[in-house]
Amino acid sequence: MTAEAQIAQRGAPGSDAGREIVASILRVAVPILLALIVGGFILLILGKDPLAYYGYVVKRGLLTWGGLQETFTRMSPLLLIAAGMIVAFRAGIWNLGGDGQFLLAAVITAALGPALVGLLPKALILMACMIVSALVAAAWAIIPAVLKARYGINEIITSLMMSFLGISLANVLIKLFFWDPGTTVPQSRTLPVEDRLPRIFDTTIHSGVLIALAVVVLVHLMMTRTAFGLKLQVVGANPAAAIHAGLNVGRLTIATFTLSAALIGLGGSVEILGVFGTVRADWNPAFGLLVVPLVFLARFNGYAVIGFTLFFSALMIGGDSAARRVGVPQHFVLVLVALLLIFLAVVEYLDHQRRKRIGA
Amino acid sequence: MDLLLTQTFILSLLFGAMKAGLPLLLAGLGEQISEKSGVLNIGIEGMMLFGAYAGFVAAYYSGSFWLGFLFGGIGGALVASIVVLLCIRFGLNQIVIGIGVTLGMEGLTALLHYFQFSKTYPRLDVIPAISHHLIVYLSLALVVALTWLFRATYVGLNLEAAGNQPAALDAAGVSVIRTRAWAVLTTGFLAGVGGAYMANVGAGLFVPFMTGGAGFIGIVLAMLARGKPFWVLLGAALFGCSLAMTTALQVAGVNIPTDVVQMLPFAMVMLVLVVFARHSVLPPALGLPYVRGER
Repeated sequence: MTAEAQIAQRGAPGSDAGREIVASILRVAVPILLALIVGGFILLILGKDPLAYYGYVVKRGLLTWGGLQETFTRMSPLLLIAAGMIVAFRAGIWNLGGDGQFLLAAVITAALGPALVGLLPKALILMACMIVSALVAAAWAIIPAVLKARYGINEIITSLMMSFLGISLANVLIKLFFWDPGTTVPQSRTLPVEDRLPRIFDTTIHSGVLIALAVVVLVHLMMTRTAFGLKLQVVGANPAAAIHAGLNVGRLTIATFTLSAALIGLGGSVEILGVFGTVRADWNPAFGLLVVPLVFLARFNGYAVIGFTLFFSALMIGGDSAARRVGVPQHFVLVLVALLLIFLAVVEYLDHQRRKRIGA
Repeated sequence: MDLLLTQTFILSLLFGAMKAGLPLLLAGLGEQISEKSGVLNIGIEGMMLFGAYAGFVAAYYSGSFWLGFLFGGIGGALVASIVVLLCIRFGLNQIVIGIGVTLGMEGLTALLHYFQFSKTYPRLDVIPAISHHLIVYLSLALVVALTWLFRATYVGLNLEAAGNQPAALDAAGVSVIRTRAWAVLTTGFLAGVGGAYMANVGAGLFVPFMTGGAGFIGIVLAMLARGKPFWVLLGAALFGCSLAMTTALQVAGVNIPTDVVQMLPFAMVMLVLVVFARHSVLPPALGLPYVRGER
């Protein structure tokens, strides 16, 4: 879908350029608006004022300094997960095991970080945590990757199953091995604040956001400007043609899957190194599936993902406090995400029909 | 004493396995129908969840378990009709819509639950034994009926053709769209009944996110059963046992974190997939929309 769509876009005749720009803006704006409108009706039915809710979300997520800092901070895990998904989706692989990969990496960071304090200099601790956690997350994706590469087993199911397993395993690790004896509620030992990722100037935003931004840009460049990226795009667009062109599809599938998981794991690691410093048992932010529509909205484009992530983390941060203040639980964001995904697919379909009409 | 302990252990394990396995059986059978017709129904988790909610609401206000199952099924079929409209009629991406449906139902049922029940947490009484026997036997009869349907009727043949060679079915004068639509609606109904069973019989109340991946296990069952309903039954029994281990081990007084036991069914799925990987079979046209005249 991606490569073809891009080629189709580039090949569009020059006279239609203006119309194409309008069309591509509409393709993004219409699903967002429709999701917000239908979501608003759901709020009305539940007896809440949608304008008050949305107004509060925007005010809290973007227009107050504290909220804005939280919004930027929330961007870092979302961006890294999105980077992992761009790699996988562009190669036509559905890595839906993000939650398990994210949590396992977070737990490994929370276990490793405090244990290394005093043994290594701070910079090395941070690096070691990120690398080891990313590797663990990658290892968690190997079974679905091999099953897909060797036997063609649907990776959606296997990665979801591994995700459920990973979430439980993360809890088991904390309860059985990394439980800080000084706490009553099971949680790992805490990384001291001075050993966490440094903050940017006087803000509460940690520098993990910069890492995440850099990774998204690098991933975008890798996918669009390198031979490896091109190979993955070919596999994604047409696996049969890829085999025909002499590409080792099995090996590329495994490489993509593990790279995708490693990036998502990096997201988990950075969230602990930057924000929490510890993992409590049963903590699961469940960002994995929430990021899917963002990546689709951005049409797998890394730069566009940055913009949508900003929009979405403002929605999450605003939604968090709206849950307390307006009395609409956080689950409403799930509904919005689902509506967004569905309207996105519908608009994509209508656009496709329109293209066929003018193309033919 | 030891004898008694093992007896209670085995009894609670078997009974628990049946309670945990029945929703999986219904979901697995439903998914099998969809997959046979060429639709990869990822939204089945959402159908189960909405079925659980609708079934609980119906049973709670009417006091009838049978109305609960009926409305659970109707609720599941309603959600399935979204998939029918978008994926089968318009040919949108089945995976994207499937994820959307599942996420949406997770959010919607959690919201509805919050506004209706989060202050009272109402519970249902225990289902009368006769009703429970009846729903279990009906589900078992469904296994036999589906085996017959797949093997010996035109409906079964049409389903298989829709998944294997949709163009051939179309050429034979049978609508691929309609065949698939009925398949997915049936899936939704069965998944919804399974969800209602989970809420009304299994738990006695509705809890947000209560299906916890049961729909996805149903997809795995259908994948491994290679189109044979009996194998879905066998798989559901197996996974039901591993789910029931949680309570059974607690009854037996074994003290390990529940997280370890919660991993059992999923670990089992992965183990089975790794061991039997090369034997799983899916129809060639699975996941592809059918557009007349396009290849």
